[in-house]
Amino acid sequence: MNKTDEKLLNNVLDNNPYEADSYNIRKNGKSIDRKINPYVNIISKEDGSGIDIYVKENTLLQIIDIPVIITESGLKDVVYNDFHIGKNSNIVIVAGCGIHNSFSHDSVHDGIHRFYLEENSQVKYIEKHYGSGMGTGKKILNPITEIIMQKGSRMTMDSTQLKGVDSTFRTTKATLYEDATLIINEKILTNNSQYAKTDFLVNLEGTNASCHVTSRSVATDNSYQEFTSNIIGNAKSFAHVECDAIIQDKASVKAIPEIYANFVDANLIHEAAIGKIAGAQLMKLMSLGLTEKEAEETIIKGFLK
Amino acid sequence: MLELIDISFKRDNKQILDKINLKLDNEKFYVITGPNGSGKSSLAKIIMGLEKPDTGKIIFNGVDITNKTIDERAKLGIGFAFQQPVNFKGLTVYDLLKIAVKKEICKKEACDILSKVGLCALNYVDREVNTSLSGGELKRIEIATVMALNPKLAIFDEPEAGIDLWSFQNLTTVFKQIQEQSKGITLVISHQERILNIADQIILLENGKIKKIGDRSSMLDTIFKEEVCCKGVNTCE
Repeated sequence: MNKTDEKLLNNVLDNNPYEADSYNIRKNGKSIDRKINPYVNIISKEDGSGIDIYVKENTLLQIIDIPVIITESGLKDVVYNDFHIGKNSNIVIVAGCGIHNSFSHDSVHDGIHRFYLEENSQVKYIEKHYGSGMGTGKKILNPITEIIMQKGSRMTMDSTQLKGVDSTFRTTKATLYEDATLIINEKILTNNSQYAKTDFLVNLEGTNASCHVTSRSVATDNSYQEFTSNIIGNAKSFAHVECDAIIQDKASVKAIPEIYANFVDANLIHEAAIGKIAGAQLMKLMSLGLTEKEAEETIIKGFLK
Repeated sequence: MLELIDISFKRDNKQILDKINLKLDNEKFYVITGPNGSGKSSLAKIIMGLEKPDTGKIIFNGVDITNKTIDERAKLGIGFAFQQPVNFKGLTVYDLLKIAVKKEICKKEACDILSKVGLCALNYVDREVNTSLSGGELKRIEIATVMALNPKLAIFDEPEAGIDLWSFQNLTTVFKQIQEQSKGITLVISHQERILNIADQIILLENGKIKKIGDRSSMLDTIFKEEVCCKGVNTCE
């Protein structure tokens, strides 16, 4: 692993993958390093399209790192990672993808992550996307996350993209059964002419299923963002979707809320707010001694914290 | 010392302030009072740089600050507590206090500042400054940020509004602490008799002009005999 690889990994992971309980590192379309243990098994799919990660029942406090890095300009990498989380497990999965492109061909990573959470299992899934390199070739990331949550399971998904990704189309689909809870926190910052589209489709199928989606985004320069959420309540369930966006310069943000209550006790809420930084916020921070630019940066940093 | 020279300010064809001339000395507590619409808040905002006067000059400790930005005035030692505290998604009380003191402080130091405004600090220091806090809590945090600045000129725009659960006694103690610490000027916009009662000097504004200025004893008679404060004001005691 060279310096560029290490930098990419540092930017997509909050931890050192070699200190995780288990890991699979993928570079330029191939697994380059892997560690398993008696509780977590990682097996390559026979057709070479990705990996299956098996977490045994009752596994507690395991950290699994599944990063992807791409440094080969022009590569289109598609990977299927399937996570099978056994009953009563409680684990952390740290994923993320970094692309470094110094040349003129577009580099693309389409990561399809499928989660199967058995009864009463808990997953914290941390995913970061990052791009670097001065080449004219684009850094493109199109993650698809599909989540099936059995009775009493709980998943928190923290998804962050703050720098360097030219184009992304992020799709998250989830089906929640009885007493399952899904919490999604998404943070996106786009600049220059970057494009980011996010789609959430959540089906609340079981009694007392609940879903909380918080999306905070900042769009600057000429960038474009689109946020779509579609929450369907087919049972006594609860959902709260909150989409907040700050726009600057000539950026555009579109939020498309869709909530569909298909059961009398489904309680679904969608809130969306888009606007520039409030003048009063700038004035308050300037009255504490920050310049206008520092105040702007502080507000955005806090907003995306 | 703060000196306002011929400050005039007009908005929507209405003369909000009309040739205001005023000198404020260090180590004194001033209250600007007057009926609604008399120009009190506009004058305070002009001193902080939140509004720009159409004419006139502002001299602070010998420096002409008329064309200085808000942050430049803050760096010269002017602090301003907003009448309506501002919400921030993502910024915590701790973040704001660190910005105000201009250095890294530990949570205990932040807690010490918060406890001065009557907040049980540990419960608040990591809270976001947003609508999950009550109006009274936000107001006290607003006052705490100005205390943390240790300003030479501390301006409070109607500080009593919204702090009904917190005693006025504490508020007056805060004002005294700020003044003792900085040896500077405290300037409060208020209708409240209990705040007027602790002023060294009271400035009565009416229709954008200084109607009268004087020490507490002489001014209180004028204000309450003429019921100036209570004209159109519901918050007066």
